[in-house]
Amino acid sequence: MKNSFILRNPSVLIFLGVLALFTLGVTFMSEATGAGLISTSFVKTLGKTLCLCLIAIAMDLVWGYCGILSLGHFAFFGLGGYMIGMWLMYERTRQIVTLSMANAEIPPTDQEVVDAIGSQIFGVVGSSDFPPIWSFADSLPIQLALVLIVPGMLALIFGWLAFRSRVTGVYLSILTQAMTLALSLYLFQNDSGLRGNNGLSGLQNLPGTDAIPQSLISIWFFWASALALGLGFLLASWVVSGKFGSVIRGIRDDEQRVRFLGYSVEGYKLFIFVMTAMIAGIAGALYYPQAGIINPAEVAPIASIYLAVWVAIGGRGRLYGAVIGAAFVSLVSTWFTGGQAPDVPLGFYVVKWVDWWQVLLGLSFVLVTLFAPKGIGGLFDLFEGIRSPRRHGAALGPDQGSLQEKEAQE
Amino acid sequence: MSTLLEVSGVSVSFDGFKAINNLSFQIGQAELRAIIGPNGAGKTTFMDIITGKTRPNEGRVLWGEKSQSLLKMSEAAIARAGVGRKFQRPTVFEDQTVHDNLLMAIKNDRSPFSVLFFKPKFRDLGRVEELAAEIGLSDQLHRKSGELSHGQKQWLEIGMLLAQEPRLLLVDEPAAGMTLSEREHTTDILVEAAKTRAVVVVEHDMEFVRRLNCKVTVLHEGSVLAEGSLDHVTQNKDVIDVYLGR
Ligand SMILES: Nc1ncnc2c1ncn2[C@@H]1O[C@H](COP(=O)(O)OP(=O)(O)OP(=O)(O)O)[C@@H](O)[C@H]1O
Ligand SMILES: [Mg+2]
Repeated sequence: MKNSFILRNPSVLIFLGVLALFTLGVTFMSEATGAGLISTSFVKTLGKTLCLCLIAIAMDLVWGYCGILSLGHFAFFGLGGYMIGMWLMYERTRQIVTLSMANAEIPPTDQEVVDAIGSQIFGVVGSSDFPPIWSFADSLPIQLALVLIVPGMLALIFGWLAFRSRVTGVYLSILTQAMTLALSLYLFQNDSGLRGNNGLSGLQNLPGTDAIPQSLISIWFFWASALALGLGFLLASWVVSGKFGSVIRGIRDDEQRVRFLGYSVEGYKLFIFVMTAMIAGIAGALYYPQAGIINPAEVAPIASIYLAVWVAIGGRGRLYGAVIGAAFVSLVSTWFTGGQAPDVPLGFYVVKWVDWWQVLLGLSFVLVTLFAPKGIGGLFDLFEGIRSPRRHGAALGPDQGSLQEKEAQE
Repeated sequence: MSTLLEVSGVSVSFDGFKAINNLSFQIGQAELRAIIGPNGAGKTTFMDIITGKTRPNEGRVLWGEKSQSLLKMSEAAIARAGVGRKFQRPTVFEDQTVHDNLLMAIKNDRSPFSVLFFKPKFRDLGRVEELAAEIGLSDQLHRKSGELSHGQKQWLEIGMLLAQEPRLLLVDEPAAGMTLSEREHTTDILVEAAKTRAVVVVEHDMEFVRRLNCKVTVLHEGSVLAEGSLDHVTQNKDVIDVYLGR
């Protein structure tokens, strides 16, 4: 059964092979487990990139396959990060506090410990009480479950309201942006209970691993991210390969027709929306411990728009395209914004990439959309001689999210 | 013969324009019916009402032995209850193969979870082959349906309709874009299908309707102008005035 799935989808095997090689390569070049050719901070960058690839897969499922242009998936990503961040911060602070109180003459009561943790964590927002949303912060299993549950519930409630009223196309995209904006504005408030614009920090320090160097921890997270990406790719390929994939691609191109076949379109959209929100949550939960800090700016509406840009540049409607797009654009972006890219002196003006990179990205997005809608993934088609069908410009279905002529394969 | 679908006193207006006006209609469990009428008579809108796409302003639409109202049901639920529909313009999933189109239509559990774990059984694959043979697309099963000719898409849609195993088939202008022999084949399929279920065919082509050899309902300005055999209605003075005489 499994074999036939792999056989029918050779790209899965190729992808997993490439990912495994890449992981091995990085492992043997890292400081902790290899020759030390690449720095720990670069290992973290690569690990974070893998998480971005994972959320790109989620985006491709929801947009490329199901036609829902969600501009809100980074909200789910951020929520996943906050959920794991709460435990990381609580537990680490608890250890520090217990250590420092251990020297006190009278052993501290449990309540004193909790109060001390509270004033440590919430001092920056002028408070010391734990808000109710931190109720489970002391439990790793519960916070891990919340990584799935919180994004999943938000997606369920939002999706149920939006899909049930048959909001589609641009209006749905705007609604998802509004959701993201509302969430980030809420998180910015000091009394949101998540430390306002300070966000959660120190997340790179895994509690109880003080003796273990960051170089090794970074490799652990890199492995975990690679594993999550591999499993995510496998899951997504399986979901889109069978009849379920047929139905959601049908919804992308012509949802009315799917309805008249007796499929509840709203149910399917909700299913995909919630599932991808959970994948995004997992990606975020792996990303932020590597980033070390999460704050509300990460959830800003623009982040979700970038996500759509990555998937478009990689080529939507094919999972490896989304991964390539996310990896390529985010790595190039790190390079440009990290100050490594040399400035271009034009005589009268010096192009500083830190400032101009956004412009370049925007321009590439426009160019790809106009001239190469298959994106980077389209290069593989070029290679294999797969062309687009000749349809005189007609899309493959009447809906707004439907596959366009130039995105399709003959 | 017991009634499968009963539409009574239904009216629909779009911005004050009455597209359907106090229309009543009945069809039995296994009956073939042709609907004719000039452009804009409301034939497509009539099908929209039955399939839940358009909600009428007044009237009743009752379905099946239990006289269940279709008006409160969603399009998908109506389809699952056994109403299949072919659109005026052929609508198939152009980015997917003929095989996948048919497989999606074949009657099976439609809920997301069971579809996710769906494995086509021997019976399903056999049914796909059988349908493909019936609609003359056996050697096209692995082509993307967007590449098919207009006539072939019409066929595919008819095939998908049969795959759903509906109790009522609503077919909007099935013969458009077909050659003469294809039209004859279409008539055969529809007549055959009507032996076990109700079939409503909207068609402009009188020759086609004649070959169906069934009761005819003439629609005009959203209501029934005449009903009976083709010969009966074509001799009707009103019908000649509004439809045939032009
Ligand atoms: N959604 C709508 N909004 C406004 N007017 C509509 C709508 N749908 C149909 N109409 C109008 O209702 C009338 C009936 O249209 P309908 O499509 O049912 O006609 P028809 O009998 O199928 O015609 P044809 O033979 O051309 O297919 C037409 O005048 C049409 O313009
Ligand atoms: Mg019509």
